[in-house]
Amino acid sequence: MDSALIPEGVKRCSLWKFLLALALVSAVLMWGVYAMLLCWVKGLNQTNMNDYYGFALWIWADLAVIALGGGAFFTGLLKYVFGKDELKYIINYAVLIGFICYSSAQLILGIDVGQPLRGWFIFWHANVHSMLTEVAFCLTCYFIVLTIEYIPLSLENRQIKKVPFFANLTHNMHSAMAVFAATGAFLSFFHQGSLGGVSGVLFGRPFSFREHILIWPYTFFLFTWSAAAFGPSFTLFVTWLTEKITRKKLVKDEVIHMVAKISGWMIITYIIAKSADTLYWMFNTAPSQGLQWSFFYQNNPFYGKWILFTEIFICGFLPGLLLIFKATRENPTFRVTALVLGIIGVCLNRWVLVLQTLAAPVLPFDSWVLYIPSWQEVATTILPIAYGVILIMISHRYLPIFPQERELNPIDAPPASVVSRQPAPTAVVEGQSA
Amino acid sequence: MKQTQSQQRPKRYGMAIDLDKCTGCGSCMVACFAENNVSFREDETNKLLSITWLRVYKMTNDKPFPDTDVCYIPRPCQHCAGQHEGHSPCVSVCPATATDYSLYTGIVSQIYTRCFGCRYCMAACPYHARYFNWWDPVWPTGMERTLSPNVSPRMRGVVEKCSFCFHRYQLARDKAYTEGKRPIREAEYQTACTHACPSGAIVFGDLNDSTHQVNRIVRPDPDNHYKARNPRAFRLLERLGTDTKVYYLSDREWVRQAGDNYLADEQPGTIGPPRGGSH
Repeated sequence: MDSALIPEGVKRCSLWKFLLALALVSAVLMWGVYAMLLCWVKGLNQTNMNDYYGFALWIWADLAVIALGGGAFFTGLLKYVFGKDELKYIINYAVLIGFICYSSAQLILGIDVGQPLRGWFIFWHANVHSMLTEVAFCLTCYFIVLTIEYIPLSLENRQIKKVPFFANLTHNMHSAMAVFAATGAFLSFFHQGSLGGVSGVLFGRPFSFREHILIWPYTFFLFTWSAAAFGPSFTLFVTWLTEKITRKKLVKDEVIHMVAKISGWMIITYIIAKSADTLYWMFNTAPSQGLQWSFFYQNNPFYGKWILFTEIFICGFLPGLLLIFKATRENPTFRVTALVLGIIGVCLNRWVLVLQTLAAPVLPFDSWVLYIPSWQEVATTILPIAYGVILIMISHRYLPIFPQERELNPIDAPPASVVSRQPAPTAVVEGQSA
Repeated sequence: MKQTQSQQRPKRYGMAIDLDKCTGCGSCMVACFAENNVSFREDETNKLLSITWLRVYKMTNDKPFPDTDVCYIPRPCQHCAGQHEGHSPCVSVCPATATDYSLYTGIVSQIYTRCFGCRYCMAACPYHARYFNWWDPVWPTGMERTLSPNVSPRMRGVVEKCSFCFHRYQLARDKAYTEGKRPIREAEYQTACTHACPSGAIVFGDLNDSTHQVNRIVRPDPDNHYKARNPRAFRLLERLGTDTKVYYLSDREWVRQAGDNYLADEQPGTIGPPRGGSH
């Protein structure tokens, strides 16, 4: 029914199957929307946040999706600025994933603040000393860049492309994409870093406070680095997941291996820097504030030393090593394991810097406070995931997201009725399709 | 009027709380509630959700009977100055300039109508002195008439905290201005908790004014981040570099030690300068 909208030369599932899947995901989306409306109408008392947990699941989700969306800026940087042309086969998907991640982040922030209608105050009454101000400005600007990068992709639809204006617009936007990619990378360095700075500047919180280089705490640089390292891993993981769901090869192995190798080296260098930062904090920063590092990993039922070990070794060094060695990188099982571990690692890092920071007592006569999110918080955190799945489903069905899909998945000979109308070219196409 | 104030020497309003006098009666908390139109809920048992601008903590020396000792610590907003005047943990992070540091008074203010409820200031404050309005403020019928007209009630979705009863400062300032632009006298500006304390444990005034009692008690050292020269006095979490304006006094060493974090081989008074952020 919708075949006129589907890109030429590719095969998609039936419309009914597609709509059924869409309905299922939409049901989850509506659950999230309901929870979101509850939070807006009734207030943040719908959450399990409290005066010790001003930041909680949402801010973690915000930081996590922005880190995972880092594949967009880093892939764009490598392709358009450093000339890694092979990445053109995956850049569309990286941009789409980045677009989803960043729009999700904006949505989550819109729910998280107590007075959403005053959200614009962050621009109007901006405090230039606040890391959050820097985040707001760069995040908004980069989201605009991502939108600009996504527009030509959405105009690639078979029917839209027939309109000369859109065809020309797409062509011209593609020509200027290097400028946007470079701008996006520049903005990303700052907002990813500022997000790290959000916790790093908290000199009243010895768990997250870090020394500075000029005005930027070490976490500023580590966040940018980790986003560039784990973002491409997430792009690869979602690509793998899409291939499994669609039961098709969508990107050639050499492209996958190349991105995996880059991600692996970024992870390994990041985790070395992260380890150095952690050691400095353990033996210098924390003791200077009167606290042994072990204090932050005891006397509570959840935050033990296991979390540090998991983040650095199991979800840091291990995936990094798996991706830099050719044998493991090119083995799908090891590669996907590394990608999953890496994603868990970066999410764990964001969790620790948001939640553990607030859980640990600072006043000597205070105690640990733990937190479990309410269903409204969980639903609104799942909401962007459902939204992302829907956007991917629609984009994949109607847009040529994967340039290698046709080549990797040649369509069988057209049905007899079609052949009878065009007998001569059919035989040629069959023979040359691979 | 602003110009007149700026021509005077900057003030540094602060507090000295004698913990050896505090009985933990909670009068200061009640007075603060009433004075500042602090909202409350029917069920206030969850202290992680209730708003207490001034909260009295209880601590013990963890020793068995008969050596058990108890101390109550009233904790208002500490009105941190930070490592350079105005670099409070909360003021430096607020993205919308909804909390501000007055160089004329040293008071950290909260602009409720500008706060959009991101709660970054709460994450930054190590004293848990900031509270979020999780619910709409609702007073029992008829009780609205007891609200103070000098303090605006806060709406749902914004952060609030102790203001050192700033409205009392404004009233005192206006009075002093109309009476020949004279300086504000010590007794003219006192916080509600100071007035309410039955044992006289709380003393409030200008830490920069040697005629004020608080200055004579604390004897702050302006050349050393206003560290107290009185050996009985200490500030909470002093080594973080928050440079607070609330001083506590006690003869008991374990109480003074409980004011900050120390490594096993450290003692109060032996540590180096604080290491606060500079962003």
